[in-house]
Amino acid sequence: MRPWAEIAGGLGRGFFTLIGGLGRMGRFTQATLRSMLIEPWRGRTLRWGAAFEQMVLIGVASLPIVVTISFIVGLIIAMQSAYQLQRFGAVIFVADLVAVSVTRELAPLMTAILVAGRSGSAIAAEIGSMKVAEELDALNAMALHPIRFLVVPRTLAMMIVLPCLTVIADLLGIFGGLVLGVVSLDISWIAYFNQTADALLLKDFVSGLIKSFFFAVIIALVGAFEGFHVAGGAEGVGKATTTAVVRSIFLIILADMVFTALFYSTF
Amino acid sequence: MPVYDQRTITTFATRTMAQNPIIQIIDLHTRYGGKEILKGITLDLYANETFVILGRSGCGKSTLLRHLVGLETPTAGHILIKGVDMASAAEAERNRVLRKVGMLFQGAALFNSMTVAENVGLPLQEHTPLEPSTVKIMTRLKLDLVGLSGYDDFMPAQLSGGMKKRAALARALAMDPDILFCDEPSAGLDPIVAAGIDHLILKLHKAFKMTIVVVTHELASVFLIADRVALLHEGSVVFCGTLAELKRSEHPYVRQFLERRPDEQVPDSETYLKSLVG
Repeated sequence: MRPWAEIAGGLGRGFFTLIGGLGRMGRFTQATLRSMLIEPWRGRTLRWGAAFEQMVLIGVASLPIVVTISFIVGLIIAMQSAYQLQRFGAVIFVADLVAVSVTRELAPLMTAILVAGRSGSAIAAEIGSMKVAEELDALNAMALHPIRFLVVPRTLAMMIVLPCLTVIADLLGIFGGLVLGVVSLDISWIAYFNQTADALLLKDFVSGLIKSFFFAVIIALVGAFEGFHVAGGAEGVGKATTTAVVRSIFLIILADMVFTALFYSTF
Repeated sequence: MPVYDQRTITTFATRTMAQNPIIQIIDLHTRYGGKEILKGITLDLYANETFVILGRSGCGKSTLLRHLVGLETPTAGHILIKGVDMASAAEAERNRVLRKVGMLFQGAALFNSMTVAENVGLPLQEHTPLEPSTVKIMTRLKLDLVGLSGYDDFMPAQLSGGMKKRAALARALAMDPDILFCDEPSAGLDPIVAAGIDHLILKLHKAFKMTIVVVTHELASVFLIADRVALLHEGSVVFCGTLAELKRSEHPYVRQFLERRPDEQVPDSETYLKSLVG
């Protein structure tokens, strides 16, 4: 076969694989949303007990790393802004830069990436192992829908916990900036606090929370989807875990771009 | 391949009801990729019998069982359980049937994140309005039945292979099913534990008069538990009848299977050499 024909063939196959994958992901999302939003109105209760267990696993367990990273990110942003603003004698505006960039962008994004690496991969590994051990088949055979049983509680938990973690990350990021301002830039903590309060608008805070809500849906659904499509035993579970993290981070950044553009043009 | 219309299916269903049947497999075809796994299987299974689906590895017997519990959708044909076509029925109807069906998986398929008692109690907890205290009592009863009393709080990873199968059997029995499907119940077990599982199946059949469908390739199990047997070969039924009929059968493949004879390989040096050269 000629090289150009091989390249065209490869591109064609890749395109159809992508379309097929998107179609499967679409159907999976539809089934999850249906189980989460429509079926409760038809008398099928949501498994809040399982969702609460997941909230503890995802939220409480992620807290130390989210707190530490957000604080460090706050410090870094303060240092980077001070480097620029010192030239103009405007170091007090470090507080504005830290507050706005953390609440609008960095807290939701960093938290989502951390949780995708920590809990999105765990969701893919857990559901993938269940698939390999025929546990998903066992649920089906017991007339328990695996999406309703496994995916909905994880998605609900993620949708509640990720915005909560983002609020904590907002506070810790601002606190990181404040620590640098007070210790290194000779700004009094009251002046830093007042400057932050003046700079920050409710829409900055809310737009970050709206983003984190959608990031949560991406992390839970991508993790679960990869777990459901595991093939080939333990090796397959490993691959699904990696794929879940890479794909969810990619989709988070893509969604971030869309939301930022949307908020930029509307707010 | 014959095409069955709805009227024919209804006729099948009506006829089987008159004979107290419970499962009917009508001209079932399944294809994975380009390969046909099941090639037109037609079988009637009657209430209260122990029916064994026998065959060598890869003959399609586990695939057939997966179709029976609705885990796979056939390429063509129908499976009627209590008159309900499992492939085309609405989800609610299918679930209603499945709630009275138990399935013992080859690898037990216990939920590893739950204790034995939680595993067994799960169907009751999800499908019935029973109080947790009642579910606990029911769970203990089922565990007693399979000889696992006292193992309520054990995790599946702490159990031996045979105990896992027993726990999975207790879970399959949780909803007091009318039909119990068992996929290779003695696979991977030593002969004594395997015999224990076979005797447990016999005991359950006698005590609860349920229909038991067992997929296996173990002849010893077949002769102990079966009322009727279907022998599958390359996706088709080559024999279906009682144990006595199986023993009397002159079908060459039945004889080969019962006498445990390997496939005859005609040594043809020329073909062999050609295959090496490619």
